Amino acid sequence: MGIWAIFKRELASYFLTPLAYIFIVIFLVLTATFTFFVGGFFDRGQADLQTFFSFHPWLYLFLTPAIAMRLWAEERKSGTLELLLTLPVSVASTVLGKFLAAWVFAGIALALTFPIWITVNYLGSPDNGVILASYIGSFLMAGAYLALGSALSATTQNQVIAFVLTAAVGVLFVSFGSSMVQSFFTGWAPAGLLEALRGFSFLTHFQDITRGVIDLRDFVFFVTVIAAFLWATVLLVDLKKGR
Amino acid sequence: MTEMIRIRDLAKRFGSIHAVDGISFAVAKGEVLGFLGPNGAGKSTTMKMITGFLQPSAGSAEVCGFDVERQPLEVKRRIGYLPEGAPAYGDMTPLSFLEFCADVRRLSGADRRAKIEAAVEKTTLQGVLYQPVDTLSKGFKRRVGLAQALLHDPEVLILDEPTDGLDPNQKHEVRSLIHGMARDKAIIISTHILEEVDALCSRAVVIASGRIVADGTPGQLEARSRLHNAVTVRLKNPADAAALRAALAGQPGIAGIEENGAEATVLPAGGQPILAIVDGALRDKAIAVEEIKVERGRLDEVFRSVTAKPKSNDTGKRG
Repeated sequence: MGIWAIFKRELASYFLTPLAYIFIVIFLVLTATFTFFVGGFFDRGQADLQTFFSFHPWLYLFLTPAIAMRLWAEERKSGTLELLLTLPVSVASTVLGKFLAAWVFAGIALALTFPIWITVNYLGSPDNGVILASYIGSFLMAGAYLALGSALSATTQNQVIAFVLTAAVGVLFVSFGSSMVQSFFTGWAPAGLLEALRGFSFLTHFQDITRGVIDLRDFVFFVTVIAAFLWATVLLVDLKKGR
Repeated sequence: MTEMIRIRDLAKRFGSIHAVDGISFAVAKGEVLGFLGPNGAGKSTTMKMITGFLQPSAGSAEVCGFDVERQPLEVKRRIGYLPEGAPAYGDMTPLSFLEFCADVRRLSGADRRAKIEAAVEKTTLQGVLYQPVDTLSKGFKRRVGLAQALLHDPEVLILDEPTDGLDPNQKHEVRSLIHGMARDKAIIISTHILEEVDALCSRAVVIASGRIVADGTPGQLEARSRLHNAVTVRLKNPADAAALRAALAGQPGIAGIEENGAEATVLPAGGQPILAIVDGALRDKAIAVEEIKVERGRLDEVFRSVTAKPKSNDTGKRG
């Protein structure tokens, strides 16, 4: 299958450069640092992973653009895009295959945080259902960031620009739900706008999941965001390839 | 003769620039079409439209009866394409790159192995199969691109400057490779190298500013040269040139004489054979010659005369 071949090549290419290993190490070090030192994992005296997950939206903010930036920018820069798009696969399959590779790579990094799950189970008896849901939520949120990064990577030949754009737009998506932005609008903006902004925030939906409020709508939100940005990627790749 | 590629009134605009401005031609099985033109004439853009990378602004392209816009995957399955500059994934090895292309083209099992092996052998990549493409020389990179284009034994080959940047030996190898495959494929190659057209192509299409300005066999194109059928003589004694000039002056069929040191080129009127006339004049005056040859015409001269821009409308770099 075309998608499978594209996926396989893309995933393997992450591990051909040091990027993959650097990314995984940084991700693991940062999650541990935030959880234990900044989040006060031990001081809270609670057997859950809320502190661990609460930093994911912010970590992903600058780590996922590093995975997504090369997806299209590099292909355009090196001219391989022309090769790729004249192979007998549809643009949609190519977009999907590449995205899945980036997502699985992020999934590998996320899965490697498993020791913390074991630790919390050793220390107490957490609600493993919530933790599982949080992991799934975190994975979906990473997918949403990556889909955004994929679309923005298709707009440029320059990986650095792709990175910065993705991080900047990512900030918007996170901060809509943060108390800072919300309090800025409270009082003068109509409540409907406030709700709409909250509704678009990665943060809000993810926090709902990690608090143990398992609502299918939060998962659907992330899946919808992924689908929308992948569709945008298909359009952008088509639109920008001639230039 | 079955037509494998047919393009009709193909055009591509980038904003206000007409990169390709209504090109039509067909290529049959067994033909090697040389696609010539100055930089920016629209060669690469035309190839990109035939291979389905760019959508035409107008017109259509068909490969093996499939329309590029309506059935792109059918077309792409039948084409082997070497894009300009032979791009390949730099951090992959030639072998893993070819395996990737084979997977995308859904080759599997023994067929996949045999085809990869055949492509490697044809392009003599055996020695570098496990080195990252980035570390290879320009010649090898080009051959990796060629191997990728040949991999699935396509019915149609579209090669954008296949010998660009190769040394003379490598050029020769690539040419004999293409020549060897020509019989059962339809091939389009773009090139600036005119000797290549003579050596390789059964037909040449010259484009300039997005339009076809000449289309014919290399022989027919040469016949458009003012040197076609001219006779060049090298005189033993350069002083005899005046005598030769006098003998030929006023003869019907002779357009003039150009002298260049000990060599004199007699130009024919209307491209008619004039060897007999020149030979007669030489014998008459008993002029001793060291060498005498009939010119076929020079492609580079024809190329310059048909692509010279009447008005200056440079379209910028868009090959």
